[in-house]
Amino acid sequence: MIKLNFSKKLLGAEGTFNLTINEEIPKEKLSILFGKSGAGKSTILRILAGLTKPESGEITVDGEVWFSSAKKIDLPPQKRSIGFVFQDYALFPNMTILGNLLYALDDKSDKKLVDEILELTELRELKDLKPQLLSGGQQQRVAVARALVRKPKILLLDEPLSALDFAMRAKLQDEFLNIQHKLKTTTLLVTHDISEVYKLGDFVYELQNGKISQKGAPSDIFGGVGISGKFKFNGEIVAITKSDILYIVSVLVDNEVVKAVAGKKEVQNLKVGSRVVLSSKAFNPLIISAHP
Amino acid sequence: MEDSFFQTMKLTFELAAFTTLILLFIGIPIAYFLSQTKSAFKPAIEAIVSLPLVLPPSVLGFYLLLAFSPKNSFGEWLETNFDLRLVFSFEGLVVASVIFSLPFMVHPIQSGLSALPKNFSHAAYTLGKSKINTLFFVLLPNIRSSLLTGIVISFAHTIGEFGVVLMMGGNIAGETRVASIAIYDEVEALNYATANQYAMTLFIISFAILLLVYAINRHFMHSGIR
Repeated sequence: MIKLNFSKKLLGAEGTFNLTINEEIPKEKLSILFGKSGAGKSTILRILAGLTKPESGEITVDGEVWFSSAKKIDLPPQKRSIGFVFQDYALFPNMTILGNLLYALDDKSDKKLVDEILELTELRELKDLKPQLLSGGQQQRVAVARALVRKPKILLLDEPLSALDFAMRAKLQDEFLNIQHKLKTTTLLVTHDISEVYKLGDFVYELQNGKISQKGAPSDIFGGVGISGKFKFNGEIVAITKSDILYIVSVLVDNEVVKAVAGKKEVQNLKVGSRVVLSSKAFNPLIISAHP
Repeated sequence: MEDSFFQTMKLTFELAAFTTLILLFIGIPIAYFLSQTKSAFKPAIEAIVSLPLVLPPSVLGFYLLLAFSPKNSFGEWLETNFDLRLVFSFEGLVVASVIFSLPFMVHPIQSGLSALPKNFSHAAYTLGKSKINTLFFVLLPNIRSSLLTGIVISFAHTIGEFGVVLMMGGNIAGETRVASIAIYDEVEALNYATANQYAMTLFIISFAILLLVYAINRHFMHSGIR
């Protein structure tokens, strides 16, 4: 059980505010910290990792005290069993992919684990390359793999998919879910993308003004959306073409392009690359079994 | 004549090599400290390290001469305890050159370390690595070009040094007479041919060294390593 109870003064866009957290994070689940940028989400991860020091409070993980202002305990990051995936991945350019993973390995004899993780993250073919030769999505996988090598008690991910395009993000979300279900590592993921909360989260905390304003299963928290009797998808416009008096807008949703019609006025506010929500009343859905 | 030429050139390169080696050991910790610290003393330390850039070498040489003179307490203490006399000796030249070339080693390494993403060291810490381990296996290997620049510029600068050497070492053949001093000496004696021999050698070697550095740095740039 991970217990967080701390406060820390932060400088935000509207002056200083207090980040005050008193929560328990469920084990073996993927929990999500959701909120606007600048709300202090990343700071919570950094405090948990020991990279930032809170002013007061206590952090315990499975009964082990990681931080306690009262008992004057503050374990350095090296002594905390964490895996941290940074927003910029922070892969070491002087090492190959395999080198990055081996560097992270505590017990150098445990090469089998590295093999397994390379397999799981589909990086085996790339293992002898330097990270700067990889695509963004591949680098992201290496960062996750490297964080997993130490078998951390908690995996911390700071907006891990934000630098990727929509299609790659969707693919990696699937892969990530797959890994999470296999390894059951307790995970705390930071995001400001609501579709990610839905897709990945077992549990979500919403952070507002330095406090957790809501928590629960994603569908409970953002409930209205889920039960409105509509279909609603987040997507990215890939093309807008004119067809007689109407426009056809192609939107990439997950890995598929969906075409929708729009009028002249609506199209004025849209451009290729915009993120849009595609919604439809579900009065005539066509339901076909995917696994006949 | 030929013998004294080779003796002087050998001494010059020995001085540069010792100085560079010592500077590497001193310069890396100082540069690392300066790139990490938020201490209020940082500007003061940076100013001290950079002083040799602005001071005339004769000023530094003069004070070092006073400090290391056996007639003064520090010089006397060195001589009685370590049997070490730093004025008009090769050892003294090494010490003076180390102080004088310090900024040439510290500055490139410090700016190299500061330019690395902060998350490199943070990532290494979260992987359980100590600060020392992180420095040697993550930070330094990623600033190879800065290290190379520091090493080569310190080496070249020591070869080219004149004022400090003259003040501290004088002009003792085989002990403190380096190429730059020898040129001055030969010109005074109107031996232009010998002076030219020294000067041309320094000219060619310095050019070759710098050419090599820029070529290697270009290679680093292309392979994506800073």
